Amino acid sequence: MKVIMSGNEAAAQGAYEAGVAFASAYPGTPSTEILENLAKHKDVLYSEWAPNEKVAVEAAIGASVAGVRSIAAMKHVGLNVAADPVFTFAYTGVTGGMVIVSADDPGMHSSQNEQDNRNYATAARLLMLEPSDSQEAKDFMKLGLELSERFDTPVLLRMTTRVCHSKSLVELGERQEKPIVPYKKNIRKYVATPANAKVMRVKLEERLAAMEAYACQAEINQPEYNDTKIGVITSGIAYQYAREAFGEEASYLKLGMTFPMPMDLLRAFAAKVDKVYVVEEMDPYIENHLKMAGIDCIGKDVIPRYDELNTDIVREAVFGKSADSLTSEKSAVIRPPTLCAGCPHRGFFYALAQKKNVMITGDIGCYTLGSAAPLNAIDTCFCMGGSISTGHGASIALRNGGRDTKVVSVIGDSTFFHSGVTSLMDAVYNKGCNTSVILDNRITGMTGHQQNPGTGYTLMGDPATEVDIPALCRALGMKDENIYIVNPNHLDEVSKALDEAIAKDEPTVIITKWPCVLKKYSTQDKEEFDLSPRRCEVDPDKCRNCKMCVKCGCPAIYSEKDKVSIQAASCTGCGVCAQICPFDAIREVER
Amino acid sequence: MSEVKNILLVGVGGQGTILASKILTSGLIEAGYEVKMSEIHGMSQRGGSVSTQVRYGEKVYSPIVGRGEADVIVAFEKMEALRWLGYLRPEGKMVINDFEIPSAPILMGQAEYPEGILEDLADKVSILTVKAGDIAAGLGNPKAMNVVLLGALVKAMNVQGVDWHQAIRNNVKKGFEDLNIKAFEAGYAL
Repeated sequence: MKVIMSGNEAAAQGAYEAGVAFASAYPGTPSTEILENLAKHKDVLYSEWAPNEKVAVEAAIGASVAGVRSIAAMKHVGLNVAADPVFTFAYTGVTGGMVIVSADDPGMHSSQNEQDNRNYATAARLLMLEPSDSQEAKDFMKLGLELSERFDTPVLLRMTTRVCHSKSLVELGERQEKPIVPYKKNIRKYVATPANAKVMRVKLEERLAAMEAYACQAEINQPEYNDTKIGVITSGIAYQYAREAFGEEASYLKLGMTFPMPMDLLRAFAAKVDKVYVVEEMDPYIENHLKMAGIDCIGKDVIPRYDELNTDIVREAVFGKSADSLTSEKSAVIRPPTLCAGCPHRGFFYALAQKKNVMITGDIGCYTLGSAAPLNAIDTCFCMGGSISTGHGASIALRNGGRDTKVVSVIGDSTFFHSGVTSLMDAVYNKGCNTSVILDNRITGMTGHQQNPGTGYTLMGDPATEVDIPALCRALGMKDENIYIVNPNHLDEVSKALDEAIAKDEPTVIITKWPCVLKKYSTQDKEEFDLSPRRCEVDPDKCRNCKMCVKCGCPAIYSEKDKVSIQAASCTGCGVCAQICPFDAIREVER
Repeated sequence: MSEVKNILLVGVGGQGTILASKILTSGLIEAGYEVKMSEIHGMSQRGGSVSTQVRYGEKVYSPIVGRGEADVIVAFEKMEALRWLGYLRPEGKMVINDFEIPSAPILMGQAEYPEGILEDLADKVSILTVKAGDIAAGLGNPKAMNVVLLGALVKAMNVQGVDWHQAIRNNVKKGFEDLNIKAFEAGYAL
């Protein structure tokens, strides 16, 4: 039976069919739906959200060593976090097959950078497969698990946004159960001490040679010869664009397996065609392999090195042809994403924006939108979990440099669990003086509401003991009087806590606690928070059109020249604008 | 590639473009076309400009539509029609929901919502303006706006041999089948 699936759904289906018994991941666009779909098979396989990607990979390694097939999935930047165990696992090899999914985001639809993770395959020496559509996402996942066992190596399944989030038809199959391999102690294989690792390193070269020999004759690396004037070498989604741009005439070498690179195959293909083009997104990865082997080709001389490709871009780059397109003298006003109407982060950021002489270090999540106008309340954003540690370093530098600027670090609940805990440990233990604000909205927001260790539920829907954030802070050495817990929708409360915390010359924590406005509330949420439906409206008799309320950046507030109104359909009655209004012209009404 | 048809559904995060494209895709597949559909998740869903791309034909490679390639664009919001104009083939058609959602700079009073969008677009391409919200409200549920627009889109696509009623039944929530079929027909009849 064929059904339409996204690449992520198909990758999950492949893992299900291949008998995977253990899956772990940290959510991140564009990879999130892989684990969400695996969780539907909880009757036959275990899946979980790990606190971060390193933990996810380590857990999957443990499952592999214990004898079952396992996967770990993450977005591209997640592989940076997970890189440490990955590099050494490539030395030891596997017991049960293991696939690591890296979902890269060319064009940065929802990411802070667009690194090309194919480079990890070369650096860590991981067998790499690159699917170009949903059917291949499923097939390559299954093949990857087989090859992992055959060559005793972890496999990198490298996907990109347009493979993950495009849908096409996929042929479904049955699940093949894989019996667990009986556990046998094998210290020389799995204990990477220098003496053992030196032996492993030599064996790794032998395995790589065997993998390359396989890659040269693998079914997923077969050339398609048509007219031989032009030969195109490509992989992943770029194949689809190249196929349309070069058409039926050209010859193609579509590489499904791109590490180890099948060098003999590349040489043979290049020898049969007059001119070689390499079409790939982002880095000149295939191109560099060709050039190191002395094979002449046209690649990044014409194809862009950054952003996504598409058929158009390839066609224009190679043939100088572009389709006719229309333009208008009018221009559409930009429509950037915003914090939602009723978002609990808004009140906090509004209060924070009023504080003078503060440096604000930020993190990755919906709340990064606090950096946008009119709030402008975040100064830095680098990576998951970095706000508290960068804030710690900045606070010491400013203090020792004789400056009185204070540092506030903001981080979400899921991000805090991801890698903010060790940062806070650093700040407390080493006596920094930044104020860390944990924005606890009771869910992982940006990626579409995944459970995390603070929500009380697991990916498979079972209740769990949630992490007690204030108790965790105390355990890290934070003094009781330096921990503030506030309702982010109450501006006075937030402002007072900020003033007190910022004034102290030691580490402080503010925890803002209110559920995400888009969350499907749990019974516990309903008991803990007053979430009754309400909305706000402007009293036109009292409003003096001063536009102060507009400065909280709420998308429900509509400012025209002569008046301000609140859109009833989108307002949730959080009351932040009503607290800002100097003329008491905004009131709460029943919904 | 002349036989591949390109459709764009554009709007604002949260407007229901995903359900409309799901029905569209499932109808085309049942009718035997190869279909590829691409959507964007993550940050832009928070009230940003969103697009779903649908390509169908005998053999489809790329899942995304390039500039000047769309046969039909359905814009769930007026300013989004203007934003995506460059993706329409000069002889293509636009179905435009006569509905405004001001973006952040407009809400803040830093920019004005462009005036005369419909007149401007009508000068350049073939457009069909739809008051989809009013039509859906008339049928008893303003939320069926997206399926009214789908009906108008399907008419503009001029595609034959698809059982759209079945595609709707397969994809909408139980109990909403009749409403959505009526909404589709109302859009198709325009």
